[in-house]
Amino acid sequence: MDTAQQDHLLQVKGLHKSFGSHQVLKGVTLDVPSGSIFSVLGPSGAGKSVLLKCLANILHPDAGQIRFDGAPLDPADPLARRAFQRRSSFLFQNNALFDSLTALQNTALPLEQTTDLPDRIIRERSLQALQQLDMEGYGNHYPGQLSGGMQKRLALARAIVTNPELVFFDEPTAGLDPLRRNAVFAMIAQYQRRCGFTALIVTHDVVEALIASDRVALLEQGRICFEGTPAEFSSSSLPVVCGFRDSAAALERSLAEIRSSLPSQ
Amino acid sequence: MLHVLGRQTLQVISGFGDFAIFTGASFRSITHARRLPRRIFRAVYEQGTRCLPVILIVGSFTGLVLGLQGYYVLNRFGSEGLLGALVSLSLVREMAPVLAALMLVGQAGSALAAELGIQRNSEQIVALETMGVSSHGYLVAPRVLAALVVFPLQTALFVAVGLWGGSLSGSLLLGVQPGIYWSSVEEAVGAADVRECFLKAATFGLLTISLCAYHGFNAHRCRSATGAQAVSASTTLAVVQSSIVVLVADYVITSFLV
Repeated sequence: MDTAQQDHLLQVKGLHKSFGSHQVLKGVTLDVPSGSIFSVLGPSGAGKSVLLKCLANILHPDAGQIRFDGAPLDPADPLARRAFQRRSSFLFQNNALFDSLTALQNTALPLEQTTDLPDRIIRERSLQALQQLDMEGYGNHYPGQLSGGMQKRLALARAIVTNPELVFFDEPTAGLDPLRRNAVFAMIAQYQRRCGFTALIVTHDVVEALIASDRVALLEQGRICFEGTPAEFSSSSLPVVCGFRDSAAALERSLAEIRSSLPSQ
Repeated sequence: MLHVLGRQTLQVISGFGDFAIFTGASFRSITHARRLPRRIFRAVYEQGTRCLPVILIVGSFTGLVLGLQGYYVLNRFGSEGLLGALVSLSLVREMAPVLAALMLVGQAGSALAAELGIQRNSEQIVALETMGVSSHGYLVAPRVLAALVVFPLQTALFVAVGLWGGSLSGSLLLGVQPGIYWSSVEEAVGAADVRECFLKAATFGLLTISLCAYHGFNAHRCRSATGAQAVSASTTLAVVQSSIVVLVADYVITSFLV
């Protein structure tokens, strides 16, 4: 195993995924450094969620190679798959919390079902995870009794309770207002530093991702068009990067044009 | 025409295969599911308590009606003394397993299909898989194993309240001596009848709860609808197919045992 492999927790090479005749991923290649926050940016429909689900073993890629901690990940091998799942977690866009379980039971679920730890230890570790996410005192609340932000934190508590090395975040800020978007990215950055996991985020929120991430990649039409630091992304002159980076400004310009073309009342 | 018939036949066969694989996966997951007894007890409690009132009501009224109908038929031949035998054999061999199963499908089966369908829609089932938790072992296997306990128990309860209903209408309302009624019950029902009753109940439990779980679990594969409508369509399909399966399986088991 060379040094590059050791430094990169997740390495993806030539990943392809199609649904029928529709090719979603067309040879995605990227390297996620250990202990970093890595954001994959891209417009809606670029294949970000499909990429994340392929990496998290929810979908099986048609071709390509995924290496986790230097070792190739074979989706067809159930033992390797289970070992990978024990070392990673997935935070869903809609949190995917069990609404019939309390916050404490939701947090304890992965430990209860994947380890033989005694109930007392599971309870302690679950309470500790809730405490890390500033949710002590909410253990007996059901997800429906919590606010959107707290549900997100609860989902993160469930994701980190097993001490994963890698956490996947699927559009963690989808449908949130700018203030809440900032809060979610700040939360991810804060707890990533506190817990030390590697975070792989897919999002289309450019500004927040550039502030919170150590590295970013741009996925466009099923291919990685750019990979680098946020500073490199901000200064890149690649047309596709400029187009995406400046999309907000372009939208504003289009709106101004539409407004000016409307007859004044 | 032939093309359509062929395609539909293949779909039915493929559906049977898919269901068999699903049920097999659920039983296979028992070997590595953690804290399974706790989940089974919970499922037994949920299925049992949910269906208890309806079993008591339907069971007692079935017994009452059997007692009334049976009395007037037997009265024509002067054989009112056999009322207990008529009520008990009707209940034990056929009515209790079938009606209790249909009630359980309507209550526990439909609730299970809807619950799993919603869990599928809200990605809770995928979330389990990403945690390395077997969704079959966590969600399906405990329910199927619980059904193997709950269906026979509820059927036994159905028989008990049905016999009491028969005695109520036969003895209290129509004048058959209680001693004659109950001794007729005791003489008529043999061990083979009880075995048949429990065998039917357990088979219906296995088939219907697996079928309801299968439809809920695969709500996202519903062809005719998506989202909440897919959950609704899957639940309806689960209840309809389970009810048909109960009647078909009843005929098959009876034809082998009679």
